[in-house]
Amino acid sequence: MTDRQDAFQTLAQKYEAETGIQVNFELYAPSEQYSQKVRAAAQGQNLPDIFGILSEKKDFSSFIKSGHIADLTPELEKNNCAWKETFFPNALRVNEFKSDDAYGVKPGIYGIPIDVMTIEMLYNKNLLEKAGLDPEKPPATWAEFIAVGKKLKELGIQGLVSGWGEIWMIDCFASNYAFNIMGKDKMLSTIRGEVAYTDPDWIKVLSLFEQMRDAGIPAVGLLTMINKTAEQVFANEKAAFAFNGSWCVNVYEGMNPNLDYAAILPPAASDQYPMMVWGGAGSSFVINDRSGEKEIAIEFLKWFTARDQQIFLANKTKNLPANKDALEGIPTILAQFADDMEYATHPSIWGVSEFPVVTEALDKGIQSIILGEKTPLQVASEVQKIKERELARKK
Amino acid sequence: MRIKSNLENYFFIMPAVVIFTVFYIIPFLWVAHLSLCDWDGILPTKTFVGLQNFKEIIIQDPSWWQSMWNAGYITLIALTLQNALAFLLALACDREIKMKNFYRVIFFIPPVLSEIVVGMVWRFIINDVDGANMINRGLTAMGFGQFAQSWLNNPKTALTTVALVHSWKGFGWGFLIFLAGLQTIPKELYEAARVDGASAWDYFKRVAIPLMVPVIVLVAILTVLGTMQAFALILGLVGGEFAGHTSVPVLRILAVMRDSSRFGYACAQGIGFGAILVAISFIQYRLSKRYRNA
Repeated sequence: MTDRQDAFQTLAQKYEAETGIQVNFELYAPSEQYSQKVRAAAQGQNLPDIFGILSEKKDFSSFIKSGHIADLTPELEKNNCAWKETFFPNALRVNEFKSDDAYGVKPGIYGIPIDVMTIEMLYNKNLLEKAGLDPEKPPATWAEFIAVGKKLKELGIQGLVSGWGEIWMIDCFASNYAFNIMGKDKMLSTIRGEVAYTDPDWIKVLSLFEQMRDAGIPAVGLLTMINKTAEQVFANEKAAFAFNGSWCVNVYEGMNPNLDYAAILPPAASDQYPMMVWGGAGSSFVINDRSGEKEIAIEFLKWFTARDQQIFLANKTKNLPANKDALEGIPTILAQFADDMEYATHPSIWGVSEFPVVTEALDKGIQSIILGEKTPLQVASEVQKIKERELARKK
Repeated sequence: MRIKSNLENYFFIMPAVVIFTVFYIIPFLWVAHLSLCDWDGILPTKTFVGLQNFKEIIIQDPSWWQSMWNAGYITLIALTLQNALAFLLALACDREIKMKNFYRVIFFIPPVLSEIVVGMVWRFIINDVDGANMINRGLTAMGFGQFAQSWLNNPKTALTTVALVHSWKGFGWGFLIFLAGLQTIPKELYEAARVDGASAWDYFKRVAIPLMVPVIVLVAILTVLGTMQAFALILGLVGGEFAGHTSVPVLRILAVMRDSSRFGYACAQGIGFGAILVAISFIQYRLSKRYRNA
């Protein structure tokens, strides 16, 4: 987020010139530090007028229940939903709570997206060509991906890099394939505790990591890589594939402007269900419900997400705009990310949340599979055991 | 008159008492209270769960005990290798050697550097993913190419590599304290030992070591406390817990608080961890007292 400081500041100055209202942006990195800061501010009841929530949907709901976040539905639906209609529907859904979800929050939309993102598979065209492959025909199926990985390995080219030292990205990769192999309903039933992680479909999902390992696809150090390192390795053309979000366009531009790459959906492991990718709102702003400047803050967000400002932001920060009328003039690579927005999903819109300890066990288990320490069945059994313990505790 | 004098005395220590109470006693009591609750750190309501969090730590949380084991391993290397190196270097600098002040400064540089910076610098030195891989290059150049490997990315070597880098960073503290301790040993004892025909080893074993016991205990306690709580260096070196292989208690507490939003459980881990450290320090102190009396 801090890479957007200049662009935000420019817009703040423009807003002040137009309205006389001064807006001060304070951006923090890394995101964990920001999350702690917002949490501490909430405990001290001194949150700013506008802020962002980077945590999971469950935490988002706790902020709402504590009275820290305003319901923006009435504003969005004013004038026949004029403001609401400007956004990509997927981007708004991330900030929406429904009556039938598990969070117990009054139904409504509580946040405004300022950009959108998808997390996809990227490939380096030059390295694929070096391996004797057609750079315009990247692997579309899992079998093709494994075959390409083996070929790259033979040529001494590293396969996949990603920030799998930060385990949430493994979670993201695994859930993409869970959607692809078992479909949305079964995937969500697992989270609800109705399907076990030892189900054959989950074993299939976990086995994909074993197959990747056996094909030599994971780059050296994949499991100790933070995403910034993974981005450096891919930008320096030391790996053929990267699993990364659309925010990377700006990062790669800064690291290696000549990098020739493309974004695709992760190669499908099954043709039974569509491949889904995490996406939707990239960053969202919420309004402090206790703020004395609530109305002014809402007016600012309306201005900030209007077409002109969104075009400016998209061009300056190379992030996909949340306003669907602001896509003109975006780079080709960003357009590729935007094209797959219809396949975007996100834990925030599932209506149910997995227990964090279960997610952690699954992600660490996948790391162990890649390291060759555990089998998919072992990991599935361990995760299921923890799941059952948490379900029993919840009862 | 006496009451007035007493009141005056209390008045003078009041600022210290207030600061200590506000910044130490109250937060400690608050953390102790939270350790008995189920709380996500955001909601105004906290559910009292009694000792449930502690029970879960002891019985149902293998990742916590793995992190304790890992921290214990790093501490063992720090207690032995790091402190032995610090003691030997302190002995060397206690002698009349050339440029000893220069060495004192050099040896004290690693401890004053930021842990995260040291972690990233060593990652650059060791790693073959985003670094120069100087260790492997050196091994290959010396004809030991068969030993070259991915030190930080191999589960078998990652923790030991972390422990060695931690020792490199930490030995300067021990060095400084040992050196100060050695300089308090009267020179007459050394001269008397020489007159009595004692060798350097005899002097070291029968004079320096017994007189240095309180200092060794102090360094050992500080080493245990400092090493068990290490985490920033690990973040810099391996980015996190590496499938549990480089997990340490503070990283676990952070993960529970940040990723799972279980503030109450994290507080219980913190209290339990603190109790273990106090117990270890107490045992070390008692053992050293017994050794001195003997």
